[in-house]
Amino acid sequence: MALIIGMSILLGCQFLGEIISRALALPVPGPVLGMLILLIGLMIRGSVPASLRTPGEGLLKYLTLLFVPAGVGLIQHFGLISREFGILIITLIVSTSVTLLVTSQILQRIAGRTQPSREGKT
Amino acid sequence: MNGLGLAQVWVYLSASPLLHLFATLLAFIVATRINRWAGGTPLLHPVIVAIALLIGFLLLTDTDYATYFEGAQFLHFLLGPATVALAIPLYDHRERVRRMLWPIVVGTLAGVVTAVISAVGIAMVLGAEPETVLSLAPKSVTSPIAMGIAEKIGGIPSLTAGLVLLTGVVGCIVGPWIFRLTRITDPTIQGYSMGLAAHGFGTAYCFASIGAVAGAFSGLAMGLSGLVTAFVLPAMVHLLGF
Repeated sequence: MALIIGMSILLGCQFLGEIISRALALPVPGPVLGMLILLIGLMIRGSVPASLRTPGEGLLKYLTLLFVPAGVGLIQHFGLISREFGILIITLIVSTSVTLLVTSQILQRIAGRTQPSREGKT
Repeated sequence: MNGLGLAQVWVYLSASPLLHLFATLLAFIVATRINRWAGGTPLLHPVIVAIALLIGFLLLTDTDYATYFEGAQFLHFLLGPATVALAIPLYDHRERVRRMLWPIVVGTLAGVVTAVISAVGIAMVLGAEPETVLSLAPKSVTSPIAMGIAEKIGGIPSLTAGLVLLTGVVGCIVGPWIFRLTRITDPTIQGYSMGLAAHGFGTAYCFASIGAVAGAFSGLAMGLSGLVTAFVLPAMVHLLGF
């Protein structure tokens, strides 16, 4: 029964999120609002119920598998990908590198000074 | 079994969701084995290998994506509840967030803005079509959120899904190299940057190659940046003229 309750909590939050997203015509996806609703709920409750932790962490553990069906959808975009292959590759490499660089430098400047690392290399 | 019997079996199987659901699970198992055998390199990430195997299978059997998706949709559907479930690790890490609130707020906002502006800007300068640009915009965010955003802003969700996966691979390759070059050694900073720029791939990499604290911070970054991006990206692409 625990699994069913936990799954119902997840689906219930997603359901609420979808309703809010559509009713208010928000640009935020329903499941993201659902995540926010669940987070607020957990903070009010003060703990994660065991019935929720089991299905929730199970889903997150196999999250990568869930990407596969959408990824196979690339088969529909062979034309676009071969046409813009160079643009896509350059954008992905440069943008990801810049993002890593900027994020780590900013964290280093702000956190690195006030909070020196307490954990050595593991 | 004679040829006619086999053909009948194939007609039944190819019309039933069973075959493609089964094929997806099987491809993932095989891909995981291949990745382990190759020493866990991000270049042969199980997701990438599984997708390649399945695309090969669909091309060989001359199956269109809609038929495949009828079976695979059962897995795809779970992305919704899985996104909601990201609230659990976020809640578990609330103490860390509270302690490092200021760096996390500034780092997340700056990182998210950098990820979106650089992706959109570079693609536009290189002359990509508007649909491609909009599909690239949410590339650093975890797939379920990125696909939701792409759908909302007029990108192609399935193209975004593929680009997100490639971003993850790129992040795992260039990340360690950038950290070495800029002498970033703090595992919390390495983890947070990897999770922000390379979502779940970065998180998996951190757990496997840097350590548990880096992994936890990476997961935190993935959840928070996904949340922030979902709220700021639509406004940002609007400002950029879409």
